[in-house]
Amino acid sequence: MKVILKNIDVFHPAQKLNKKNTDILIEDGVITETGSLSEKKYADAEVYDFTGKVAVPGFFDMHVHLREPGREDEETVVSGCNAAASGGFTGIACMPNTEPAIDSAEVVEFVKKQANNHLVEVKVIAAATVGRKGEIISPMAELHEAGVVGFSDDGAAIKTAGILKRALEYSRMYNLPVIEHCEDESIAGGSMNEGLNSTMLGLPPIPSVAEDLIVMRDILLSEYTGGRIHIAHISTRKSVEMVREAKAKGLKVTAEVTPHHFALTDDAVKTYDTNTKMNPPLRTKEDVEEILKGLKDGTIDCIASDHAPHSAEEKEAEFEHAPNGITGLETEIGLALTELLHKNILTLEEVVNKMAINPRKVLDLPVPTFEARQQANITILDLNEIWTVDLSRSKSKSKNSPFDKRLLTGRAVAVVNNKKMFYQDKFIEL
Amino acid sequence: MPLKSRHLLGLQGVSKEDIQLILDTATTFREVLERPIKKVPTLQGKTIVNLFYENSTRTRISFELAEKRLSADAVNFSVSTSSVSKGETFKDTMRNIEAMKVDMVVVRHSAAGAPLFLTQICDANIINAGDGIHEHPTQGLLDMYSIREKLRKIEGLKVCIVGDIAHSRVALSNIYGLKTMGAEVSVCGPLTMIPRFIEELGVKVIHNIDEAIQENDALNVLRIQIERKAREYFPSIREYAKYFGITEERLEKNGKDILILHPGPINRGVELSSGVADGLNQIILRQVTNGVAIRMAVLYLLGTLK
Repeated sequence: MKVILKNIDVFHPAQKLNKKNTDILIEDGVITETGSLSEKKYADAEVYDFTGKVAVPGFFDMHVHLREPGREDEETVVSGCNAAASGGFTGIACMPNTEPAIDSAEVVEFVKKQANNHLVEVKVIAAATVGRKGEIISPMAELHEAGVVGFSDDGAAIKTAGILKRALEYSRMYNLPVIEHCEDESIAGGSMNEGLNSTMLGLPPIPSVAEDLIVMRDILLSEYTGGRIHIAHISTRKSVEMVREAKAKGLKVTAEVTPHHFALTDDAVKTYDTNTKMNPPLRTKEDVEEILKGLKDGTIDCIASDHAPHSAEEKEAEFEHAPNGITGLETEIGLALTELLHKNILTLEEVVNKMAINPRKVLDLPVPTFEARQQANITILDLNEIWTVDLSRSKSKSKNSPFDKRLLTGRAVAVVNNKKMFYQDKFIEL
Repeated sequence: MPLKSRHLLGLQGVSKEDIQLILDTATTFREVLERPIKKVPTLQGKTIVNLFYENSTRTRISFELAEKRLSADAVNFSVSTSSVSKGETFKDTMRNIEAMKVDMVVVRHSAAGAPLFLTQICDANIINAGDGIHEHPTQGLLDMYSIREKLRKIEGLKVCIVGDIAHSRVALSNIYGLKTMGAEVSVCGPLTMIPRFIEELGVKVIHNIDEAIQENDALNVLRIQIERKAREYFPSIREYAKYFGITEERLEKNGKDILILHPGPINRGVELSSGVADGLNQIILRQVTNGVAIRMAVLYLLGTLK
């Protein structure tokens, strides 16, 4: 089948491509031509007019919780992929804190099988230790062979420095990162950031130093072992500073940030809304300022959602008893464009780097291009559409987001990948 | 003049006028409590549920007595488990209770914010009887009432809250209420038990108990929860008693007559020596009586709001 994306802007920083108002011809899911196409090429093709929209390499969210196997009532691989497509992503990496944990080739196969033939490509991050218990490192060689893209005990940091050291040494053989949820549990253990707000709300605090300590430990061990550390959902000022220093020293340290950690502060918790409860918690204005600085200067490589679906009955509880986490796949691009692009924190090039290119680099995956004979893997953005988040229309099985009814500027209008397009709320076979 | 809110969730943001109104109303009910027949028909026909998700015999009895003295129909609902364990969720429990047509709910819960959550899911007037380590407004009010009764004023007084501030629901209510009423407030305890940033609430932090005694007109001494997690925050009970306990020797050494309050129950020999607990300069048992009057005042003012 032939499809033409007509009158579209094409932008790919890594390919040094920036063309206005051109056409992309896709045949059987493969790009065959870009540039202004002659009339006769239109004859037997399906034509989609994308005037004023921008085609960029397909966005990739490297931090998603799919809940399958185990909590299919909250999210399945397919519902998560649908939410990703609707949110503008052509690829995601899913975290291993399922039940059972993804710590064997069999579970990796199971997850991949669920995602089979979906538009959205699912890459699997495996547990760093067996059962995420922090005692014995997972079978990393076998997991690597099964195609995993990283190792993480996300939800918690790898329990001891000794185990982390082994995980870094072992994963180094395959050039895969250890992705760390940085939190010292002996200091943390509360339900919101420690500050004046936690004192006034009477909520047990999570001091920022709980994150900083593990970031420091991880950087030191990365330096010592030569293994790669990726700091997940960085949230504190000091952590950003430490990653900046590590990078200046040329260490193999990368970092991601979630939209909620740059779009919100712990002031949002004041209503005890359990959709403002996540781990790491929302921090202060000073932390957000440093995160924005870190995004600008390249300290923070990636933007990732930490999409964490939870059932309504679990979230509709007392703040201290509600589970951590919010959904994010469908608000991520809107928040990045609103809070970063339109507020002149980042350029479009930087946004594309942090949402399409760098996540794939961290996970050692190829970056899609617009070159002829490449599979079409494209996110199409409307940078200026003003829209209101409506959770009732979310494709995720869970609706736990603090961003419902929020006005955003810019969104993804379509994605193309794996011989399919998602456009105007439906999947189209190409 | 009626209260500005139909719920009492905490003393944060409650105006001076409203606090004054509650304290003055309590004075009237305090007098009722001295009568041979201690009952008024004020809330006849009103149904009040005491929803206790945490054991607290004293607070519950105090509320229950207040409700009965006002002729309301009081029902106790004690839940030993919360929604975190298996069973009915907090929300479902509340919906069920509301379906029984209740007018007011007095709630005690181990989780901060639970009373606010109730206001979002049901129509009754909600009274916070202590939520987590957040607030315990009627305790704050009765402490202020007791101070005013003894020292004839609150404005301009210096009051220090002593003990485990970080795990106390009484401390914040006292801080908000006393500051609104014009008192100068400080906190004193081991620094492991003082929340970071508490000074931003306009509160002075002291960690020398002698200094606290010398500088203040009243001490509100909190119970050290030796049976709870708080136990991990100081080396030993012996050390706590030695460096933060109020003893007769310590009061004598500082040569000062000072008003001592305690929300009870007292750990004798820990935060207060027996001599101090039983001594003349304390009003601990009056606090208990005043507590009933304060709760009557709150129930009356909220229950008769249009």
